[in-house]
Amino acid sequence: MNNRLEEYLIEKGLFITAISSILIILLIITFIFIEGFPAIESYGVLNFVFGSTWAPLKGEFGVLTMIVGTLGITFLALALAVPLSLLCAIFMAEIAPSSMRRILKPVIETLAAIPSVVYGFFGLIVLVPLMREQFGGTGFSMLTASVILMVMILPTIISVSEDALRSIPYEYKEASLALGATQWQTIKNVIFPAAIPGVITGIILGMGRAIGETLAVIMVAGNVTQFPSSVLDPVRALTSNIAIEMGYATGMHYNALFGTAIVLFFMIIFLLVLANYFHYKKKVVIGGGYL
Amino acid sequence: MDTKYIIGIIVAIIIIAGAFLAFGGGNSSEDATIEIVGSTSVQPVAEKLAEEYMKSHPNVKINVQGGGSSVGIKSAQDGIADIGTSSKNLKDDEKQDLTDYMIAKDGIVVAVNKENSASDLTLDQIKGIFSGNITNWNEVGGSDGPINVITREDGSGTLDAFKEIVMGKETEIKADAIVQSSTEAVKQSVAQDPNAIGFVSFASMSDDVKALNIGGVEPTEATIADGSYEIQRPFFFITKGDAQGAVKEFIDWVLGPEGQEIVKSEKLIPAT
Repeated sequence: MNNRLEEYLIEKGLFITAISSILIILLIITFIFIEGFPAIESYGVLNFVFGSTWAPLKGEFGVLTMIVGTLGITFLALALAVPLSLLCAIFMAEIAPSSMRRILKPVIETLAAIPSVVYGFFGLIVLVPLMREQFGGTGFSMLTASVILMVMILPTIISVSEDALRSIPYEYKEASLALGATQWQTIKNVIFPAAIPGVITGIILGMGRAIGETLAVIMVAGNVTQFPSSVLDPVRALTSNIAIEMGYATGMHYNALFGTAIVLFFMIIFLLVLANYFHYKKKVVIGGGYL
Repeated sequence: MDTKYIIGIIVAIIIIAGAFLAFGGGNSSEDATIEIVGSTSVQPVAEKLAEEYMKSHPNVKINVQGGGSSVGIKSAQDGIADIGTSSKNLKDDEKQDLTDYMIAKDGIVVAVNKENSASDLTLDQIKGIFSGNITNWNEVGGSDGPINVITREDGSGTLDAFKEIVMGKETEIKADAIVQSSTEAVKQSVAQDPNAIGFVSFASMSDDVKALNIGGVEPTEATIADGSYEIQRPFFFITKGDAQGAVKEFIDWVLGPEGQEIVKSEKLIPAT
């Protein structure tokens, strides 16, 4: 009897925990929509999303420059980070001797533990002057922000990809090597393709972090609401826009910032759906089951 | 089994503590509540004043909110707030039913990198730089180099005041100026770029950047107090009609020696 009660309580307790996290998300989404909708409605959805002038004090709420900014920063960061982190993950999973791996892994994980304000400050003090001296301009640019983000998302992509590579059954490798393939051929043609769903998950997580990162980006991106004509131009990301102006915003300006959050929300949903599609498409079928 | 009891006790404590925090605050009796709404630049000093005042007057509760100078003036007019705060002068038609009390003065310092050889600019030159008409330091007495303009985000009180005093009504700050979201970030950006120019409030000025003289006048407490340093703004408390009761007591205290001492400790220039 006592055991059954205990079982019951634990079951319900777990259920409540699971439900409450979903409830919290729903609550936040509802709140964002309630606060943001008035601005989008009164300014017009198309004007809001495709307008290129953001002048909140004059009642202009076009966020297109910031959508471009967010996408630019994110994809540039991914373009820099993905090759680097995949090669690093392959090295760690397949080639590095275990003694080296014991050092590498914690060092890379430390990167993930550094707070973003530290990255931002480092960027402002070290990277911005460096960029200015190398490429001219002010040093505040899309590229600067992407380089900082690259460092921030490296550990995420590396550790998830490495786990994916390591989870490939050892028999695959043995079989490939037994057929006479070299180690690189084995990695390239057997292990890596089999690990791709996991690698994509890692990239999705990295992308999520890059889109959501606010503080570090504010400090180095320049926050100008103009279309960048090159990667060396300053840009403003959607998240930065909310964080920068929320302190003062009242009335419609305040609603417009929540409107920005709605746009961001849909962008993230879209990218997640896209990424998940590729994730499932690339799944390898082994003996009737998924890997 | 023991661990379960311990977990139960911890949960109970958390719930009780939570309930106490949520509801406990409301049951102390308050004799007066003063609502202060307005300028985000006045907000920090108003908060500090309120905090100190509530320490010595436990029966008074003061809430300080931001929103901007125009919100402050409107709130005072509509009676939403007991005190509206503003960092600009009242217009003539607003003065009819409102009373303003100047509690402090604040200067805005135009800051450049310490390596910059320009040290004295006129208001017009600064206007030209921020509007994008002047783009090289050699046009204003510095060495050859592009001017990198750093501004603040829309809604910032410092930007508001800077625009009003320096830029005037028609001229806009150039659209491709770098936006930084805090005084500290502006200072850091100026400190790391020999060609940068930005503006910060006098209160947050520090040694890592160089303050420009404006029309030959150096920004100091003395030049701001006597009005010879041009880029400065007043901090006002505004009430509908003359202040009365608890509100009047609070304003008298702010304008008195204790309040002005706090103003000074916030690195503002006392009004009296």
